Amino acid sequence: MLDLLWLVPVIPFIGFLILTLTFGKLPQLAAGIVGAGSIGLSFVFAFLAGSSFLGAEISSYSQTLWTWMSVGDLEVGFTLYLDGVSLVMMYVITGIGFLIHVYATGYMSGDPSFARFFSYMNLFVSAMLILVLADNLALLFMGWEGVGLCSYLLIGFWYKDPNNGYCARKAFVMTRVGDAFMAIGLFTLFVSTGTLNIQEAMLEAEAQWVVGSGVATAVTLLLLGGAVGKSAQLPLQTWLPDAMAGPTPISALIHAATMVTAGVYLIARTHVLYLLAPEVQYLVGVIGAITLLMAGFTALTQSDIKKVLAFSTVSQIGYMFLALGVGAWSSAIFHLMTHAFFKALLFLTAGSIILAMHHEQDIFKMGGLRKDLRWSHALFLIGTLGLVAFPGFSGFFSKEEILASAMENHDGGYILYLAGLLGAVMTYLYSFRLYFLVFYGKKTHDGHEVMGLHLQGPLVLLAIGAVFAGFIHIPVEGVFPEMEEHHPSVMAQAAMILLPMLGGLLAWWVFVKGKVDTEKLAGQGFGAKLHRFWFTQWGMDWLYDKIIVTPYTWLAEVNKNDFIDSIYNGSARAVRFCHEVMSETQTGQLRWYAISIAYGLLLLVVLGVLL
Amino acid sequence: MEMPTVTMQVIPMEHGLLLAAILFIMGMVGVLTRRNLVFILMSLEIMLNATGLAFIVASSHWGQVDGQIMFLMILSLAAAEVAVALGLVLQLFQKRKTLDINVLGEMKG
Repeated sequence: MLDLLWLVPVIPFIGFLILTLTFGKLPQLAAGIVGAGSIGLSFVFAFLAGSSFLGAEISSYSQTLWTWMSVGDLEVGFTLYLDGVSLVMMYVITGIGFLIHVYATGYMSGDPSFARFFSYMNLFVSAMLILVLADNLALLFMGWEGVGLCSYLLIGFWYKDPNNGYCARKAFVMTRVGDAFMAIGLFTLFVSTGTLNIQEAMLEAEAQWVVGSGVATAVTLLLLGGAVGKSAQLPLQTWLPDAMAGPTPISALIHAATMVTAGVYLIARTHVLYLLAPEVQYLVGVIGAITLLMAGFTALTQSDIKKVLAFSTVSQIGYMFLALGVGAWSSAIFHLMTHAFFKALLFLTAGSIILAMHHEQDIFKMGGLRKDLRWSHALFLIGTLGLVAFPGFSGFFSKEEILASAMENHDGGYILYLAGLLGAVMTYLYSFRLYFLVFYGKKTHDGHEVMGLHLQGPLVLLAIGAVFAGFIHIPVEGVFPEMEEHHPSVMAQAAMILLPMLGGLLAWWVFVKGKVDTEKLAGQGFGAKLHRFWFTQWGMDWLYDKIIVTPYTWLAEVNKNDFIDSIYNGSARAVRFCHEVMSETQTGQLRWYAISIAYGLLLLVVLGVLL
Repeated sequence: MEMPTVTMQVIPMEHGLLLAAILFIMGMVGVLTRRNLVFILMSLEIMLNATGLAFIVASSHWGQVDGQIMFLMILSLAAAEVAVALGLVLQLFQKRKTLDINVLGEMKG
């Protein structure tokens, strides 16, 4: 069954081709069956290939489909590579992707571009599968770019609103900055190790590089640049909140469950290189820690339900980076998986709420919805408990692992641990703020739950995953170096569990009891400044505007008349002037020619006489 | 009765060449200024004959026969040229009813 692996990325691609080549003329039912069915079929094959992989007790399996390019010494194959990590990723992408597709058939029902939506979604899943199954960095980069392209297409899906187009371009350009770093990183790695195959390159690097050497630092830093761009970490995180302009299933699929985890996957995949550059590895953790705090504070001030969730995604991926930074590779992948479940659940439930509220996304216009939207309420609560890592829910297992690894890490992990703990408090605070604002308080608007098997069905499955995914054992032992088991003391564990709950308590005290007038707090004096600072992602957008956009537009303004072009235009004008003078002499009068011949002769004679 | 002796005075070469030059320039001015095609042809003949004259003057001065041969060649050339050109002029006149070269000039720059 393992040789069926190639079908996993190919089937969604076929789905994309069918949907695209019919130019969106397919009726909604057929488009839905092709769109969601291709992912479902892909999941079936992923499951078959995966179970025979696990049964075969091998550490990795690779399948070469064809030689992609062969230039000189470089031979890049279209080769799929399956091991524990790519297996987990493959399951997450196809499984959760399938549920999201099914949900989307309900959510997007009636949209005039229904088929176009599913063709983009299928292409996205196909690209993401190529990314995680790639055996070499060139193929991985192709999937990486494909994912970026689909992200652009899907964010700007409702292209008639210019703002959506702006958001799509912003996401595209911001991730492109990271991609440029990554491409240079790939070149450097290739020059140094002479191969693009990931496993070979890591072996080669281990043999050649000295720990902490320049080349190791450079390559890992450049790859980190790519990962930071794709995974929306500081300082390239500003695109993700704007990416919420797309339809909600997109937000669930791309900006929560799969695409943004590509950076985490990349670093985990090339972890050997990061072990050779400990400073950069620590930097990964620091970036994660700062990002998770920044996103936590920002999530606390947002009023758009999807943006709160977007920042919570940024924050959770910060946790994954933190885990990578302290060498807890498998914990990062584990958190990636559990996060995919509860974040997809949260986003899709948010989609249901938005549908029920007739496309209202402002949480201050919701409130008291727990009676009207019983399904959404229950599902959202499960998702929230997963997100805040409530004991027993999936997020709990993965996040505790990360925090325990950070605490026991000797090289400065303690600071990361404290940041993570503070972040956990923030997670409670902003998650329950969102939950209480939507479902408690005074009811202002009526909502009517939109029901349907293809809406609630996937949500229930995701909810089951969000509760129980913590008990899944991910098969990554052979991939990552052995990690010692962490057994923090009972006191430390209690602190890790109970301290963050204070955040939830605070949220209850503020938003349900109404003990603090938040509007007054955020409306004046220092509170207003702080609110503004947090709301604007610590002023990152403002900063980019000042240091990049403004100088750029200034330069464009100065160069409006193209002063470099004017050199070329000038030479063209001089030539044209000469041409006009010369063409004046071409009168068509024969006698003028005769005269000029005569004068020329005279001139020659005079010259001959004089000289 | 004694016959008066007539001494043939040799015409100096400069005079001959000057005459040739004057004739040449007259012809050229005619070519440049005349509008009628027939007059232009006549002026061309004058220019040809001016060069012929220059050849003869030179040949008699140096006592060489080459110049005379050259003049014969120019003469035959001129005869052929006149024959062809007059034929063309006749044709042109029949077609266009004019010999004004400003009217006939169709090549514009």
